[in-house]
Amino acid sequence: MTVTSLGVPRRLLDLTLDGEPVRAPEGTTLLDACRAAGKDLPALCHVDARTPASACRLCVVEVAGSRALVAACSREAEPGMDVRTDTERTRHSRRIVLELLASSVDLSTTPGIAEWIEEYGARPDRFGTDAARLEREPIIDNGLLVREDGKCLRCGQCVRACGGQGQHTFALSVSGRGFGSRVGVEYDAPLTDSACVFCGDCVDVCPTGALSVRSEFDLRTAGTWDEPAQAVTTTVCGHCGVGCELTLHVQDNEIVKVTSPPDSPVAHGNLCIKGRFGHQYIQNRD
Amino acid sequence: MNRDARGGNPRLTHPLVRDGRDEPLRRASWDEALDRAARGLRRGRGAFGMLACARATNETNYLAQKFARVVMGTNNVDSVDRRSHAASVAGLAAVFGSGGGTSSYGEVEHTDVVVMWGSNARVAHPVFFQRVLKGVHGGARLYAVDPRRASTAEWAEGWLGLNVGTDIALAHAIGREIIQAGLANEAFVERATSGFEEYRALVEPWTLSLAQKVTGVPAPAIRELAHAYARAERAQICWTLGVTDHHNGTAVVRALIDLALLTGHVGREGSGLQPLCGRNNVQGAVDMGAVPHRLPGFQDVLDPDARLRFESAWDTALPPHYGLNLAEMFEEMETGGVRAVHCLGENPAPSEARRLKALDFLVVQDMFRTSTAELADVVLPATAGWAESEGTTTNSERRVQRVRKAVEPPGEARDDIDILCDLARRLGHPWEYAGAEAVWNEVRSVSPDHYGMTYRRLEAEKGLQWPCPTTDTVEPPYLHGRLWADDPALRGRRAPFGLVRHVPPVDLTDERFPIRLTTGRRLDSSNSAGQQGGSPRRGEFVELCPEDAERYGVVVGEKVQITSRHGSVVVSVWIDTALRPGLAFTTLRLPDHNDTDQPTSAARCPIAGTAEYKATAIRIDKLPLVTYVG
Ligand code: SF4
Ligand code: SF4
Ligand code: FES
Repeated sequence: MTVTSLGVPRRLLDLTLDGEPVRAPEGTTLLDACRAAGKDLPALCHVDARTPASACRLCVVEVAGSRALVAACSREAEPGMDVRTDTERTRHSRRIVLELLASSVDLSTTPGIAEWIEEYGARPDRFGTDAARLEREPIIDNGLLVREDGKCLRCGQCVRACGGQGQHTFALSVSGRGFGSRVGVEYDAPLTDSACVFCGDCVDVCPTGALSVRSEFDLRTAGTWDEPAQAVTTTVCGHCGVGCELTLHVQDNEIVKVTSPPDSPVAHGNLCIKGRFGHQYIQNRD
Repeated sequence: MNRDARGGNPRLTHPLVRDGRDEPLRRASWDEALDRAARGLRRGRGAFGMLACARATNETNYLAQKFARVVMGTNNVDSVDRRSHAASVAGLAAVFGSGGGTSSYGEVEHTDVVVMWGSNARVAHPVFFQRVLKGVHGGARLYAVDPRRASTAEWAEGWLGLNVGTDIALAHAIGREIIQAGLANEAFVERATSGFEEYRALVEPWTLSLAQKVTGVPAPAIRELAHAYARAERAQICWTLGVTDHHNGTAVVRALIDLALLTGHVGREGSGLQPLCGRNNVQGAVDMGAVPHRLPGFQDVLDPDARLRFESAWDTALPPHYGLNLAEMFEEMETGGVRAVHCLGENPAPSEARRLKALDFLVVQDMFRTSTAELADVVLPATAGWAESEGTTTNSERRVQRVRKAVEPPGEARDDIDILCDLARRLGHPWEYAGAEAVWNEVRSVSPDHYGMTYRRLEAEKGLQWPCPTTDTVEPPYLHGRLWADDPALRGRRAPFGLVRHVPPVDLTDERFPIRLTTGRRLDSSNSAGQQGGSPRRGEFVELCPEDAERYGVVVGEKVQITSRHGSVVVSVWIDTALRPGLAFTTLRLPDHNDTDQPTSAARCPIAGTAEYKATAIRIDKLPLVTYVG
């Protein structure tokens, strides 16, 4: 009965990226194909192993035959596609997107954003100081999760993680329209009075840090959050027999954040409250 | 924040010893503490018991059982996991030879019927339940069998709200219905099982109408589940504490396995039996032989070939009989059969304090200064298996995964492996392991099921499931495919039907104790495992249905006294519409919160020694009004 697992066999497709022929397995997105070919596109609302949100439009590329720019994170590679990732048009589009985003949303905790702003020569300040901006106080209504509307892109990844794509709790949803839209819970209640089960999966998928764990928020507020100094170790949750993998982020010998590796065969990037927050009990350093 | 929620115990940062019976614990050096531990254990040889830990790594559990067997010369080793898994292991091992769930998590996403039996997985095992929900989205039909209409049932096509303790009656009725309707998989039964005729006779009296009377589940609902399960191309039964915490937990597990044998829902992709463990390494503790009757890798202590292999690998003579299980060890503490105990990472004192006090010598090796530590002669501060040590743990789908050291332990706390080796050396066994990997390689050399799992492979392949006999292949994700083989020689031992009888709960309700109290978990209470200070939810409550709350005239938040035949405790009231009249629920571990030594019913599963936590008869009394003066 011994078998060797080969995975699902997938056909390889031929396409060209910036004039170079490449092969990509059937079903991959253009973004994946680009990354496999060593081209790193800017991509904000894209989260590994999740359904693409296609909300930020930073990852746009040109596809021959298509009039509009195409979001690489959601478009699947097709045979014979001729894709241009770095044209005048894509650069221009990305620059505008960065300027609009950075002028309206607080991107101070968004990884990679400063480099992209520089790379594309974006000037978020060119709309003047009175450009419309979401200014909201952080919502701290419980000991575990913090919500900062002012940093939210409204990409909806958290809503999906909370709902049918992961938790199936459906505590979070996008309400309102246009600029006034925001992510929240029913009746704008405190999180503790909502359906939220505090799994924290929304934090893992949020690209901007609009959702964060309290321990990170507190350290950031105190000015002592030091990501480069953190050690990152993957281990297994100690709370129940499901055995989810956990990635522990450790600063000064304290676990300051727990994330879930998206490629874990057990948890697929999800956790529950016990895995996400149940580590504090071992931390007796005094 | 630095407390263990098991009772707010602080972390241990240095060894402690006691200079005399009535002296307090005092700080000691490692050398002094280990010398004393060695001295005490040496004297206790011949009456020793090792309590291993369902939270420690496989490597630690392996060394703990080896310590008992080689250094102390006894098979008296068991893990304090009796609440959650022993019954499953005993039941599965009796039928199939190895005590692990037969399916993998992934299969639940691609099956046709899922029966969650006595398992509120939505709350107790949330990440597993997400995968069940994927299956449901893919078209699987979900049934929940649970006295409470808990949140798992909200996702189910059918909820079978049985009376507490009537699981066997319900299972037998389902089995009878399957046979009567001609839905049994006769070819499978004929080729791969034994005892079918006896089983048929056993379940024959369990008509739908009798079952309805006994279990409280309407006959049509029982019939529907029976037909859905038996007709499905693939089907899974998953269970948790709701099944195994009964006084006859192993019997309930056997009754569920019977259904799989009857329908051939085992040994095929998507069809199987999936117990879910409460503790992170319950499975691993058993696999590593930290049980009185099995050596590492499920090898029987009495099997001559296995004995030979271990006796030569360990250069020792193994005691030629099974050791005492947990329940028996505690009993023998009273009669003098067990005089010295090494307790590793568990806290039995809240329910067993009296017996532990009767010991001549107690060593506690733990992260926390627990109430068991308070009774010890020597206390050795240890590390957290999952974040402060290297090693592996094994989850409910038999997947061995690497745990890694991410933080330094506090103070002088030391790795479990180092502690056990140091102690063994002091007792004349020169144990030297270069680290967890060296221990693991020894496990691989003595357990064929683990042989193929090198650390390097575990890392590269993100864990591997046992059995894994070779270093370059993987086995199918499900167990016991052999039962379907055409060649009888490959098919191997037949899987016997379990002939188990319905026995009503020991602790009967009557006029004095009219309410059935059942226990379980809420999402943010992880059994007695640690919880953070900042938990966003309410604390401990006794939950009643709205009707009962009205009957007793109590409201949410009111403190009441709940009294069983064994003790009483004061808690606040919560109202939960998932409950039915006559049924109360609590996450309280009554023994942890009570002064008496034995507050829950003392009946134990005769096979696995699981104490009955699921069905206590209680009464609820309003507290007298207190007037505060001043
Ligand atoms: S909170 Fe984060 S994940 Fe949710 S919509 Fe806003 S940016 Fe996206
Ligand atoms: S994260 Fe939750 S479901 Fe996963 S192992 Fe930990 S306690 Fe269990
Ligand atoms: S990353 Fe593609 S649209 Fe945001």
